[in-house]
This record gives sequence, C-alpha cells and structure tokens, in this order.
Amino acid sequence: MSAGGASNAKGLGAAGSALLVAPFLILMALGFLYPLLDLLRLSVAEPELGLSNYQRLVEEPVYARVFLRTVWIAFATAVLALILGFPVAWFMARASGWTAAIVAICVLLPFWSSVLVRTAAWTIILGREGIINTALTGSGLTRQPLTLLYTQGAVLIGMTHALIPFMILPLYGALRAIPRDLERAAQVMGAGRVAVFVEIILPIARAGIVTGFLIVFLTALGFFITPALLGSPQEQMIVTLVSQQVREVLDWPFAAAIVSALTLAVVVIASLFSRYLAFDRVLGGRS
Amino acid sequence: MSASAPPVAVARPPAVKVDAGALTARAYVYAVLVFLLLPTLIIIPMSFSPKGYLEFPPSGFTLHWYAEFFEDRRWQAATVLSFKIAFATVAATLLVGTPVAYAIVRGRLLMKPAFSVLLMGPIIVPHIAIAVALYLWLAPLGLVGSLFGFVLAHTMLALPFFVFTVASALSQIDQELEAAAMSCGASRLRAFFEVTLPLITPSVLSGSLFAFVISFDEPTISFFLSSIRDRTLPRRMFENIEHSLTPELPAIATMLTVLSVALLLGAFLLTRWEKRRRQAAPSS
Repeated sequence: MSAGGASNAKGLGAAGSALLVAPFLILMALGFLYPLLDLLRLSVAEPELGLSNYQRLVEEPVYARVFLRTVWIAFATAVLALILGFPVAWFMARASGWTAAIVAICVLLPFWSSVLVRTAAWTIILGREGIINTALTGSGLTRQPLTLLYTQGAVLIGMTHALIPFMILPLYGALRAIPRDLERAAQVMGAGRVAVFVEIILPIARAGIVTGFLIVFLTALGFFITPALLGSPQEQMIVTLVSQQVREVLDWPFAAAIVSALTLAVVVIASLFSRYLAFDRVLGGRS
Repeated sequence: MSASAPPVAVARPPAVKVDAGALTARAYVYAVLVFLLLPTLIIIPMSFSPKGYLEFPPSGFTLHWYAEFFEDRRWQAATVLSFKIAFATVAATLLVGTPVAYAIVRGRLLMKPAFSVLLMGPIIVPHIAIAVALYLWLAPLGLVGSLFGFVLAHTMLALPFFVFTVASALSQIDQELEAAAMSCGASRLRAFFEVTLPLITPSVLSGSLFAFVISFDEPTISFFLSSIRDRTLPRRMFENIEHSLTPELPAIATMLTVLSVALLLGAFLLTRWEKRRRQAAPSS
C-alpha cells in the first residue's frame, strides 16, 4: 500500500458525506426520534399538563412493586448468565480444532434461532403436562404436577437462556486476549489456581465481564417475549404492564410514562458506562 | 476405571493423578452447553411426532403437522406477510445503509460520535419502547398493520448490523483503487460501483442476510404493530404459544430455526471467505 498524499484530495468532503447519510437521518427522524419524543410529550401532556402519570407510577405501591420485580429479575438474569457463561467463555477461548467448533455451534445455534421458538420450547419443557412434570409424575417422585410455568423462575430461566450469548461473546473476546504463558508463568512462580484466577485472569477479563453484564441487564429490563409468555399474570413486569395499558386499559399517556421511565433509565445507565459498551468506537474511532 | 473398582474412589490411591478440579469444571461446561442446546433441539423431534408435541420422545414419524401448516390459510397469510416485510427491509437497508457505510469509511462525517450513538440507538433503547412509540404514532393514522410501519421499524433494527459489516469490509479496501479509477475519468459513483462494490459484495450479501433474519424473526415490534387483519408470522406464533400451543407449532419452529440458522451461517461464511480472499491476495 502506498502512502496516499494525492488520494486525500480525492476523499469525500463533509457536504458529500452529509448527502450520503441524509436518507438515514430522515429514516431515524421519522421512525425513532419523533415517535420517542412524542411519547415523552404525551406522558406529560395528558390527562393534564404535568407529572401526574409519573406521580402515579411512584406513589401507587402496585407499580413500585412491578418496577422492583423487573429490576430484580433483570439483575438475577445477568448474575446467572455470568455464573453459567464465564466457564463456557473460558473453555471456548482455550479450545482448539473440533472442540472449539462444537462449542461455538452450541453457543451460536440458540443465538441464531428465534426467541419465540426457544420460548415455545420452554413452555413445552416446563408446562403442567410438560417434559419435566411427565418425568416426575411418571417416575413417582411427585404425585401432583409442579407449577413451573408462569412463574418468576420460568421467566428467569427463559431470559437467561435467551440472553446468555450476549454474556459469553464479550467474555470470549476478553479471555481470548489473555496469553496462556501468563497463567503458566504465574503457576511456575508458585501461584495456585485460585490465585491465578483472582489476581491475573479476573483483572484482565474485568472489562469483558462489565460489558456482558451491562448488555444482559439492560436488555433484560425491557425484554418483552419471555415475561409475556412464561411469566405469571399476577406478578407483572414492566413490559407486561405496558402491554396491558396499551392494548387493554387503553391508558396511552400512562403507558407512555412507563415506557419513557424505562427508556430513560436504560439510556442513563448505558451512557454512564458508555466506555464499556463502546458505542462510539463500534465504527472505528477515526476522530 | 475398571468395573471392579470400589465405588468409593477416595480411599484408593490413584495411580494416575486425576485432576478433580479440571474434571468438575469440564462437567460444568458440558452441562451449560446442554442447557444452551436443549430447547432448540427438543422441538425438532416433536415436530415429527404423530401424537403432537405432548409426547416426548416421539413414538413414530409423521409429516402431518407440516402439511397442516401449509394447508392453513391463516398461517399462509402470516408467512407471506413476513416474507414481504423481510424482503422490503433488505431493500431499504441496502439503499439506506450502503451510503452510510461509505460515508463513515471514506467521507468526513461531522459529529461522528453523535452519529454512532444514533446508529446504535435502536439497539440501546428497549424494543418495547420503539414498539409502543410507533404504535401510538401509527394507530391514529390507521397505519397499524401496514407494510410501512413494519419495514420502517425493522430497517432501523437491521441498519447497525448491516452498516457495521459493510463498513469494516470497506475499510480494508485500498482507497487508491478508487482514486485510480477516478483519475482515469470515472465519476465517484462509477468508481464505487465498478471497482469497490465488487470487492465487498460478500459483505454486502452477508449484511443483507442479517437484515432478512432480523426482520423475519422480530417478535416485539411485530406484536404491537400487527393489526387484526395483518399479522406477521412471529405475531401468530406468539398467539399460538399464549393460548393453546397446537401441534403444528413445533413444525413451524423447526422450519424457522433451519431457515435462520442457514441464512446466518451463510452470512458468517461469506464474511469469513471475503477476509480469507483478501489475506490470500497480495495487496498492491
């Protein structure tokens, strides 16, 4: 490759670049910025100007409980994904040849298949006449089928299964960067396995852990399909509450307030930790 | 370990030192991998079961539930609608996304960090927020269930993946190639279409496959934007799972899984092939 002094003059200028991205900006203004800002407007403009919808959200204990439950399940999902995903990411980073390919398939196959398909499978596995209950009653371990489906546990399992690839993939990226020699060197110097893990691997993998945890937690907060299909109607989460308000109660301003609160929370957390999510570096950090 | 070994292995001094810690770790990893694969794999044999999904393992083999799907008018309509939306999404993503990727790599974008945040916006913001915001905007206009709403939403979701794939391929192409074509009198547009585009075609195809699957499998926005008359395949599947999971659902799920996995595997192989081809060719 030659150093291009002449080609820089041929580079596309700011005006040409702006023209190229114009259709994109129009699309985003139409489908993203305007609808979301209008949602925010609706949440404070009706039924009367002010914060009454948000007040209701804070003051009525039913809704506070829904928020707390959602945050708790999202947090538990992220913790579970980390506990289950870390060893897999480690294994993947250290495997080679056929083993690496098989592990990659195991991680990518569920990642690539529809969330609805996987949720359907969980209803079949956890249902009253599902695989687990058939096995339990068939073997005489329990007389009555257990209530597994339509519980918080079912939501936790389904959501962890749906989101765990978002934990494993960044962890894999971080762990793959650790040279094997580093572990071996530490072991030669007399460090035990635990010491190597705590003092060498964890600090290096920290950024990957934070990234995976954030992506899973933030996605879980607003994840619709799993709570809607596996959750209990008595124990609502934010997304099911929103769906009910939009489609059944038809209280749109209140629904707008819930969605705005959720979105603001997600955006604030994402921007606080933006260096871990690296949205501005995704496209290559040419300043 | 031989069959005559005592059941309690602790008492016996092991001839070869068995690393119990490593074995436990390995078993744990295998258990998690089974957890990952189980739901996807369990539904496939059920789709061929003569007695429907309630029976596992299946007692026989039938294609009855597949036939049921293809004969059902409502499933047909939903599938056709989803295909229409997905193809239109791919077209819109190509038309809007390719110039964006070019401007990012070859141009000078003002406020680039803000631009990146806008591009990633639909991924950061919960899908339910986009779904409700679009629903509240389109419902009063009578546009719920319209192709416009679905394609607008799905294009926004697909663009970050498409632009990322194409931009990273484009950044690997020597700018001198285009410059040379232009110094021979080609316009920038012609230089792009005749010199650069053929070199990044695999990535453009790969990004298009991504866009197709993102649209075809998208459940949340489809759920809110579907009307009583016009429902996408994911919306119909949602209703089916919610009310009374019927035996043709595993058949649909199996076909959908095969389709998405095949397309995404294709996307993955295309980008890898392009990378290999680039590495193999000596750069001029």
